[in-house]
Order: sequence, then structure tokens, then C-alpha cells
Amino acid sequence: MKLLVCVSKTPDTTTKIALSADAKALDTNGVQYILNPYDEWYALVRALELKEAQGGTVTLINVGPVTNDAIIRKGLAIGADDAVRINAEPTSAMYVAQQIAAFAKDAAYDVIFLGKETIDYNGSEVGAMIAELLDMPFISYASHMDMNGNIATIARDIEGGTEAVEVHAPFVISAAKGLAEQRIPNMKGIMMAKSKPLAVVEPIAVEEATSLVGYELPKPKSAVKLIDPDNMGELVRLLHEEAKVV
Amino acid sequence: MVLVFAESQKGQFKKAAFEAVTYGYKTAQALGTDCAALVLGTVNGTEMLGKYGANRIYHIADSSLDQFDSQVHATVVATAAQQLGAQVVILSHSMNGKAITGRLAVRLNAGSVAGVNSLPVVEGNVLKVKKSVFSGKAIAEFAMNSSVKVLSLTGNSLPPEEVGGAGMVETLAIPVPASRTTVKDVKRIEGTVPLPEAELVVSAGRGMKGPENWAIVEELADVLGATTACSRPVADAHWRPHHEHVGQTGIAIRPNLYIAIGISGAIQHLAGVNNSRTIVVINKDPEAPFFKAADYGVVGDLFEVIPKLTEAFREFKAQS
Ligand SMILES: Cc1cc2nc3c(=O)[nH]c(=O)nc-3n(C[C@H](O)[C@H](O)[C@H](O)COP(=O)(O)OP(=O)(O)OC[C@H]3O[C@@H](n4cnc5c(N)ncnc54)[C@H](O)[C@@H]3O)c2cc1C
Ligand SMILES: Nc1ncnc2c1ncn2[C@@H]1O[C@H](COP(=O)(O)O)[C@@H](O)[C@H]1O
Repeated sequence: MKLLVCVSKTPDTTTKIALSADAKALDTNGVQYILNPYDEWYALVRALELKEAQGGTVTLINVGPVTNDAIIRKGLAIGADDAVRINAEPTSAMYVAQQIAAFAKDAAYDVIFLGKETIDYNGSEVGAMIAELLDMPFISYASHMDMNGNIATIARDIEGGTEAVEVHAPFVISAAKGLAEQRIPNMKGIMMAKSKPLAVVEPIAVEEATSLVGYELPKPKSAVKLIDPDNMGELVRLLHEEAKVV
Repeated sequence: MVLVFAESQKGQFKKAAFEAVTYGYKTAQALGTDCAALVLGTVNGTEMLGKYGANRIYHIADSSLDQFDSQVHATVVATAAQQLGAQVVILSHSMNGKAITGRLAVRLNAGSVAGVNSLPVVEGNVLKVKKSVFSGKAIAEFAMNSSVKVLSLTGNSLPPEEVGGAGMVETLAIPVPASRTTVKDVKRIEGTVPLPEAELVVSAGRGMKGPENWAIVEELADVLGATTACSRPVADAHWRPHHEHVGQTGIAIRPNLYIAIGISGAIQHLAGVNNSRTIVVINKDPEAPFFKAADYGVVGDLFEVIPKLTEAFREFKAQS
């Protein structure tokens, strides 16, 4: 099976967020970037498991600048066979999806994996866009996947439950918790990753309709009101009269 | 015109549908145009969307739409948007909404922003919207300049408002393409409001010591009519089911009230809950980081505090 895994770069959740002087960009000083957890822990690992069970190849794809190579190598260290980086700053979900779709269009991948969302912008748009551009089914928020030949049975998360869906390859799938178990790269993997192919492809031109205007920081939260543990009636009163939530 | 896809489940509208119509009504006002709603599949009481500001309600009652397929749904919504000449298409940022927002953007050649949480600002042909990013640590503003725009609204970010009367319901004849996926089975957790939609949430962490102690948490949730949640180590240790896990790797929620019991407030936990309107933290450690994110705090032993809080809510409910 020919498998493609879309991986993105995101600031680590523990990152302190500061803005540039004009508030049009992040102040990236000291920001630590990681592979988006849903891509690394679930999408990539499920793809590797499928390859291990049925044979095939796992290719990583990222739309990003040369500084992303380090995190792409981490994906190779976990076990992907090779990687492709589309050499461009990702400016919107549509931009990313167009690049990946253009690359995958004639490559006959059986399954295209993504994370359910990136943990920085939580857009959850790229997968649906790729599926639409390639005219493929899209199963989102997958927490379980069995593959039998080219037929997959997938459990997808819905509000308050799960839905079991059957679909034939080729299709696009986005990974939620449960799809696989995180793998930590070992020394051998890290050594091997250094010599695995990482191809750099130049981007196609895309007309953009959505642009980032800028950022603001949320208003600081006022200090917590402490309530005497022996006076829970007071807490209930505050929740009713002041916060108006009960 | 502004077109709102009003989502339903098992023949009933979800609260998210009323929120989306309210949002669509206000967006239409800002643009000086009408708001219409689109309803797909077998749904009862479609005219009630009029109350929330939909001038017209277009219903495609084809029962094959009762089964969700992102491709089929997106195709039908896009065709309706084109036929009706929609300038803005609004969806809920729900599980199904997320699966079709991106498809619609492609089909309609539209700019899109997923997960907005405040009303748009109109500047000529440009629509500007904001959303919470970096786990609530910043707010980003986006501009869309295409002739059609697609956006999805984060749940519980603006309350549904009743502004109108009964809406005019019309059927719309749009062919429904064949699905290439088959829904085999749907499993729902019965009895409680699903966590992503809950307005009141009682959540507990490792401070509970073990799964056998959860009865007091469930009792509190019961008295309040709240849904229960938990921190990640609790789900990982199988003390609680996985669907209760909130945070960066679980689900993100924004209820009106989040009561955190014996949870330290690690950043990855906060990432999923710090957009809650009001946060109450109960922890025996006054230095627990969660207190910095809380509105109300109780420093004390949860095994003593919880029964007292449950009792206080019970008295409050009896009086009101
Ligand atoms: C990449 C990554 C992703 C993660 N994603 C998530 C996520 O999605 N969700 C999540 O929750 N975590 C996540 N975590 C884990 C997170 O960092 C914390 O480890 C976790 O949230 C801690 O859970 P806890 O607060 O229940 O437990 P602890 O940190 O052990 O805290 C228990 C708290 O209970 C209090 N306590 C103990 N006994 C009592 C008592 N008798 N009365 C009152 N209070 C008491 C203690 O003072 C303490 O503050 C993630 C971590 C990583 C690295
Ligand atoms: N720049 C990128 N390069 C490759 N894949 C990406 C990129 N951005 C997002 N993705 C993929 O799309 C998924 C959903 O991202 P999003 O729609 O931005 O929330 C991620 O989990 C990745 O799998």
C-alpha cells in the first residue's frame, strides 16, 4: 500500500505566546516547534502499522520552509520511508491543501493521513480540502481503523459517540486519539533517518482568499476569588448571582 | 444572502444550529441582506429556525441525507449556496461541520475561517473574523476577500437569540449524489448531554486517588445536571472512559461552567478548557497552577468539599 502522511509543525503547547511589535506576527524568539501531536502520534503510527501488516511505503509530506527539516527527520526516525517538503511558508489551509493535492494527484496513494487538527489554529480544514480537490471520500476524527484489502472500517468521533463507516481506498482520513499508540524514536531510527530521502519540491502558484490580519492577546484574567471550604452556599450564590451560570 | 447550514441529529436540531442561525442573522444585518437556513434530511419543526432570524428555510428532505457523508453533504450545501446566490455560508464548527467546511471552501472558491467565536466586521467586500488560537493564549484576526466566504462557528460562543417569528419553509430540489461511504453503526452515550455540547461540566483528576471514589463526582454532576469529564492520566489509567478526556490531546470544550476537582491545571489540560466562561477549581494545594486560570477557587480536601458543594446545590435547586 502506498501511504501519504501530512505532517505539520506547531509551537509546543507550553510555549509562552508573545507578539511582534506591530502584532502582525508571533515573536518566534524562544518558541519551540514540534511535530503536530495528532500527525505524529496517531496518523503516522497507524500508517506505519498498516505498512508493517501489509507491506508498502509511508511517505511524509510537509508544506514549510527549510527550518522544518529537523521535525520532518523526526518523522523519518519514527519509521517513515521518505519525505517530501514543499518549499513554501504555509499561509492558509487552502494554500497547504492545494500544494499537497497537486503533489498527490497522479501519485496513486491508497490512503492520505492527516491529524484531526493542528494544535495551534485548530482549523481542521486541510483534510477536507485535499479530499475535495482529489475527489476522494474523507473520514475525519478517526479513533479506530481496520483495513481489509482495500476496504477500511473506521470509527469516527461524533458528538457524544462514534460512527462506524466503511469506505474503499483511495480515501483521506484524519486521526484522533485512539487511532494508534505514540512511538518514541529509538537510536537506530534516528541514525537511519539521517540518510533517508527528503525531497524538496517547489510550490505551485495559488490564489489566496484568506489572510491573517494580526493577533491580540486575551485580557488578563482577574484574580481568583477564594471561597471558604466550609461555606459552599456562598460559592453557589456567586455562581448564580455573579457569574450567572447556574 | 447569508446561508446557514442548520445541523440536526436524529431528526432534531442541535443547539449549535440555533447559535449558527443567530450568528447568520446578525451577519446578514451587518451586510444589509437576508438570512436563510438550509436543512438536510428528515428533520421535524424546521419552521422554528424562523424564531432565530432565518427569513427563509430551505429544506431538502431526501432521507439519504440522514446518513452523513462529507462529500455528499458538501456537494448539496455548495449547490444550494450557488443556486441561492449566497455571499456567506455559515456552518457549526462541530464534528460534521469540520468535515465539510474545507470542502465547501474548495467548491465555492471561497475564503474560509474555521472556528470563529465573534461576529464578523464588514469592510466593503472584505469580511474580518476572529478566533481563539494557541490554546486560548492569543486571538487571531483573518480577512476574507473572495466573493463567497465560508465560516464555521465555535459552539457556545454566542447564545441563540429569538428575534423573529415563524420562518417560511420551502423545499429545494437539488439532486443528492450517491455516497461512497456506508455508515454501519452509530454508538451514542445515552443519558447525558455530550461533552462538546454541555453547558455545565464537572471534571476530576488524579486527586481523586482511584476510580472507586468517583461516586461523589457523579452525584455532584447529577444534582447540577452537568456532564462529567476528566484529565488525561485518569483516562489513560482507565479510571474513566476515554470520551471524558479533555485537554490538548482529548477534546476541547467551552461550557458556561467548568468545575475542576483535584486537577493540577497543567497547560495541556488548560488548552482544552480555558475558554470556559466560568472556572471553579477545587484543590488542596494553594499553589496548584489551575488557580491562576480560575474565577472561583476552593482550597481544601476534595473528599470533604465535594459533598458540601453537592449539598449546597441541592438546597439551591430545592429553593429555585
Ligand atoms: C504532549 C502532552 C499532551 C497532554 N495532553 C493532556 C490533555 O489533553 N489533558 C490533560 O488533562 N492532560 C494532558 N497532559 C498531561 C498534563 O501535562 C498533566 O500531566 C495532567 O493534566 C495532570 O493530570 P491531573 O491534574 O489529573 O493530575 P496531577 O497533576 O497529579 O494533579 C492532581 C491534583 O490533585 C490535587 N489533589 C490531590 N489530592 C487532593 C485532595 N484530596 N483534595 C483536593 N485536591 C487534591 C493535587 O494538589 C494536584 O494539583 C498532556 C501532557 C503532554 C506532555
Ligand atoms: N503545512 C502543512 N504541511 C503538511 N500538512 C499539514 C500542514 N498544515 C496542516 N497539515 C495537515 O492537516 C492537518 C489538519 O490541519 P488544520 O486543518 O490546519 O487544522 C494536520 O494535522 C496535518 O496533518
